[in-house]
Amino acid sequence: MSWESILLWGFVATIVLTSIMVAAQQLHLTRMSLPLMLGTMLTPNRDRAPLVGFSFHLMNGWIFALLYAMAFESWDRATWWLGASIGLVHSMFVLLVGMQMLPSLHPRMASEQHGPSPTRQLQPPGVAALNYGRRTPIATIAAHLVYGAILGAFYTLS
Amino acid sequence: MSYFPIEDYAIIGNCRTAALVSRAGSIDWFCLPRFDGPSLFAALLDAEKGGHFRIGPVEEATTERRYLDDSAILETTFTTASGRFRLIDLMPVRSEAEKGTELWPDHAILRVIEGIEGEPECEVDVRPRPDYATSVARLVDQGSLGMVFAHQGGVCNLRSDIPLTISDDRSTTYARFHVRAGKRYAVSLVFNREEPSVLAPLVDQLNEQLAQSLRWWQRWAGHCSYDGPYRDAVMRSAITLKLLTYAPSGALVAAPTTSLPEEIGGVRNWDYRYCWLRDASLTVRALLDLNYVEEAQAFLNWMQHATHLSEPEVQVLYDVYGETRLVEREIDHFEGYRGSSPVRVGNDAAGQFQLDTYGDVINASYEYVRSGGQLNGASARRLARLGDVICRRWREPDEGIWEVRSGKRHHTYSKAMCWLGLERLVRLHQERHVSVPIDQFEAEMQEIRRAIEEQGFNQRLGSYVSVFDGEELDASLALLGINGYTDPGGERMVATLGNLRERLGAGALLYRYRDDDDGLEGSEGAFGICSFWGVELQMLSGDRVGAMAHFEELLGYANDLGLYAEEVDPGSGAALGNFPQAFTHIGLINAAMSLAGVRGYDRVKGQEER
Repeated sequence: MSWESILLWGFVATIVLTSIMVAAQQLHLTRMSLPLMLGTMLTPNRDRAPLVGFSFHLMNGWIFALLYAMAFESWDRATWWLGASIGLVHSMFVLLVGMQMLPSLHPRMASEQHGPSPTRQLQPPGVAALNYGRRTPIATIAAHLVYGAILGAFYTLS
Repeated sequence: MSYFPIEDYAIIGNCRTAALVSRAGSIDWFCLPRFDGPSLFAALLDAEKGGHFRIGPVEEATTERRYLDDSAILETTFTTASGRFRLIDLMPVRSEAEKGTELWPDHAILRVIEGIEGEPECEVDVRPRPDYATSVARLVDQGSLGMVFAHQGGVCNLRSDIPLTISDDRSTTYARFHVRAGKRYAVSLVFNREEPSVLAPLVDQLNEQLAQSLRWWQRWAGHCSYDGPYRDAVMRSAITLKLLTYAPSGALVAAPTTSLPEEIGGVRNWDYRYCWLRDASLTVRALLDLNYVEEAQAFLNWMQHATHLSEPEVQVLYDVYGETRLVEREIDHFEGYRGSSPVRVGNDAAGQFQLDTYGDVINASYEYVRSGGQLNGASARRLARLGDVICRRWREPDEGIWEVRSGKRHHTYSKAMCWLGLERLVRLHQERHVSVPIDQFEAEMQEIRRAIEEQGFNQRLGSYVSVFDGEELDASLALLGINGYTDPGGERMVATLGNLRERLGAGALLYRYRDDDDGLEGSEGAFGICSFWGVELQMLSGDRVGAMAHFEELLGYANDLGLYAEEVDPGSGAALGNFPQAFTHIGLINAAMSLAGVRGYDRVKGQEER
């Protein structure tokens, strides 16, 4: 396992993934803010949450980079398209499973079953995070494809 | 099969969806899994094909209805020649903490029959017609687990302690039985998105279920700080507003129905199961005045979240999660309420340009801050950007508050709301809640005011008018005095109120407009919220006695349960349009608050000082 490679390219891939998601948000393709979602798991302060969430997301990015690296090592090859393929599976998991489970894990997120008590919590993402805008799945899949492609292209096999 | 008058319906709900129950005990409208989901029962829009869930007497009966105390639990008592029984309808609710202690279905309707006297015959007739009756429910009898059928990728279970029979084609289930005095029977319908289903308990836990729901509603009603005149009407309006909120996001839908006509047999049939920003500030004000701070905060959170996708532009309406594309289509196979077609799903008004919405969104946040709320950095920046849009676009014509489909014009009310939006931002800036280019905003405010006073005021009529250099009036002009654009007791505003009553009035009722070409065939009734604006403006202008008389007259147009539709036929007093309508109830609350002196001139005092 090439730890330097995981640390370096995991960092780069996470930065690019986050940037794509933020750009998608700025372009009004989605309302989903991963740093905000993750940050509010740890702090109720909405102004601080994005920074905390970004740090959390970076840690997740490294953990996932480790898993990607293990796959490359087991196949004994690492290419951009192999990385992108894992990224596709990764994004499908995030959208179809992760987002559905998030209201159960997140202490400040309402569920679709919430009510009638009023909520000041985050809105639930719904299936494929479609509650955050109908183009959210596209932005999420694109970001994860790029994340995987970067890792696949630049990871150095040990 | 026939149609009941619109005012014959009652609403039950769980703050995610709602059902309409007729005076005859028939649930004729119910959508899943949320307000704007496809219908399961829609006899309201097609008595033959739409499907219903009826529990009622076989014989002819007289009916009395009420909600249990301050709750959304409906009690209908039927009296027939053979005896009396009551029907209790509710969508069970409980707190999040209570939900954490046991399994709970996604949605449930519970209907309890209680014999009071004699042995009247009762009929249960359930005809589910999923997806606006485009698919067929195939009921499967699973014995003690009830009848099961699929809907929207989920599953519905219908259970009862009354033996139910399935029709040969498995699309209907029914029963006829004699209700014995002192005996209770229950029918429950639950919907779950996933299997295995969570079933609602029936007879064994009936009392507990009823008590829990009643407790929840009474606890919620107990938060209301208002105990002044017309308290019952205000409380029923508050509960109705609560029923129209979508709890997971904080959104407020305008009504739980689509296509109830503004004119019987007419084409003015719209889908109101969406959230309009138009009256955001009136909504926030009503909630805050009644001490429903959490609901107001949730609504503002939803508003900020919803507008993000279209930012910095603001769309007229959104769905409960802020989706912006609400494509309008017609459900051709429904004949419509009393033949009023088309039946529409989705709403094309979403794509219109309405300048007043910008001011309303800013004003809603201003009301929230004024009540002690705080804006976070992102919200403050977003509000400031709305001010920039106002500066850039206020000179453009727009479709106006009434969403007319006859093109864009320079609407006086829209310009006034642009002025108000900038004025609120300037105040928020001075109180250090936002940062805006104050000199630029004040210069634009002066420009807007000059344009309104020169072109939006008709010297010959001595009145503000609907559009610049026009001759017609519309009821939104009342808001110039209510929202704080101008002194409600000032000469121009008092004259405008007089003109509004003369041209648009029918007793205490006000039409929203009368002579305007709105691009649609036919006519419509008097507008509920506008009528209450008339009362509020009258009160703010200093005529308390006249305002109270008008208010009390308007209370007479509610149905027996205190519910209002969007419009009223002044001739017959019949309800018209979607039902029950959130904005009419918001109007009632705000007018009552003004009459009670909970709020009054202080809201516009700042304007007088400026």
